[in-house]
Amino acid sequence: MDWLHTLMPIAGVPIFWPGLVILGFGVGIIGGFFGMGGAWMVTPGLNILGFPMAFAIGTDVAHMAGKSLISTMRHSKFGNVDYKLGCIMVFGTIGGFEAGAQMIMWLERIGEINVVVRWLYVVLLTLIAWMVFADVAKRKRKEREALATGKTLDPLATGLEWHKKLHKINIPPMITFKVSGIRCSAWLPIGISFLTGWLAGILGIGGGLVRMPALIYLLGIPTHIAVGTDLFEVAISGLYGAATYSYKGRVELLAALIMLCGAAVGAQIGTVATKYVKGYGIRIFFGLAVIGCELSIIMKLLSGIFPNIKPITDQAATVTVLGAVSGISLYILIAFLKGVHEERGQRRSPKVSSAHAD
Amino acid sequence: MPRYWSKLLGLITALLLFPAQMFAAGGGADLPDLIVLVADTRRLTGLEAWWGNLYNMGHLEFALVTVTVIPLSGVVLGLLADVVMSRLGIDLRNRALAEH
Repeated sequence: MDWLHTLMPIAGVPIFWPGLVILGFGVGIIGGFFGMGGAWMVTPGLNILGFPMAFAIGTDVAHMAGKSLISTMRHSKFGNVDYKLGCIMVFGTIGGFEAGAQMIMWLERIGEINVVVRWLYVVLLTLIAWMVFADVAKRKRKEREALATGKTLDPLATGLEWHKKLHKINIPPMITFKVSGIRCSAWLPIGISFLTGWLAGILGIGGGLVRMPALIYLLGIPTHIAVGTDLFEVAISGLYGAATYSYKGRVELLAALIMLCGAAVGAQIGTVATKYVKGYGIRIFFGLAVIGCELSIIMKLLSGIFPNIKPITDQAATVTVLGAVSGISLYILIAFLKGVHEERGQRRSPKVSSAHAD
Repeated sequence: MPRYWSKLLGLITALLLFPAQMFAAGGGADLPDLIVLVADTRRLTGLEAWWGNLYNMGHLEFALVTVTVIPLSGVVLGLLADVVMSRLGIDLRNRALAEH
């Protein structure tokens, strides 16, 4: 079965290439659906396939840029990308990312890097998961209350509404973002993107995992537009990351291109699936993905604290990540297939009825 | 503008303009040199051998080609996938915006 393995010209390791296509496909689906690059899924996946860790990170970042571009193109056609907001946020994201990267070097010098990064990751993911499910619970309560009084809730109503307070910050220039349907101080998206970029720089991730919830809960933009706009950001920051990692010689372009073949299809499926799933469906599954990611990091932390159980916890962390990726991509794939089937049925039915009328 | 807002604004501006200086202050400890990796081109032929040699000669051209090829391939593959999706017979231009 030699033809199933291809030699990577730079890393010099033979890689099972169908694994790269499958990984790209799965992460493409999840990325297009949630608006994130998915570094937490791809890096361990590439490592398992045989890439040294430095190449796994660099190759992941490079493929992330191409994949997010594909998803952004598709989301853009649905009107899900707020380019004005995205362009303003780019400055904050890049500034924050550099600040985070510098902080990592400082932590490296004082020798606290691994512990700080992992614990920060756990705290942050706990906060995000809490935010998602607290929001869902509050929205349900509002729905019940509206039902009890015989009213109907606005389709765009949300549970947590922190953004309303943040929109009251009146520091000029005030900007209207038509696509997102918000008006706020330009410093709000810049500040939020700086903070999320800083976190991404510290954690060594693309940033979608923190930026997507920040766009929803702090900026108050609809879920679908948060997903599309975040992908635009991921594409730009991914390209920036690809440039820096390739300059450091840690990108395997061939692997990134093979992954892109799977990701091109997966990203389209994930993006189109957002058409058939309501905002809160996306939020709930995003929360579950965050929990999956958090569990895998807790297991990595446990293996550091208890070296005796390291082989078990490392395996369990891998199984958790791959299980979360497979389970969530399967859900999105089913939502996509069901949606396409129903839409085609609806499109066909008027013709059938008009034929009967004739 | 309240005083705390101007302070916050000043801090954000300083962080944006001088992130390296703000976070790396007090540095000076020598960092180990970057490990130099070399691609083994003896087993490579054709385009792969050219790619491996480009990597070995210097990373600038390698980086430039990478950041050109990645978005280009993304656009080409995205357009190809678009053609496939358009044959599914669904509306790929409109969607209803609803949270619930």
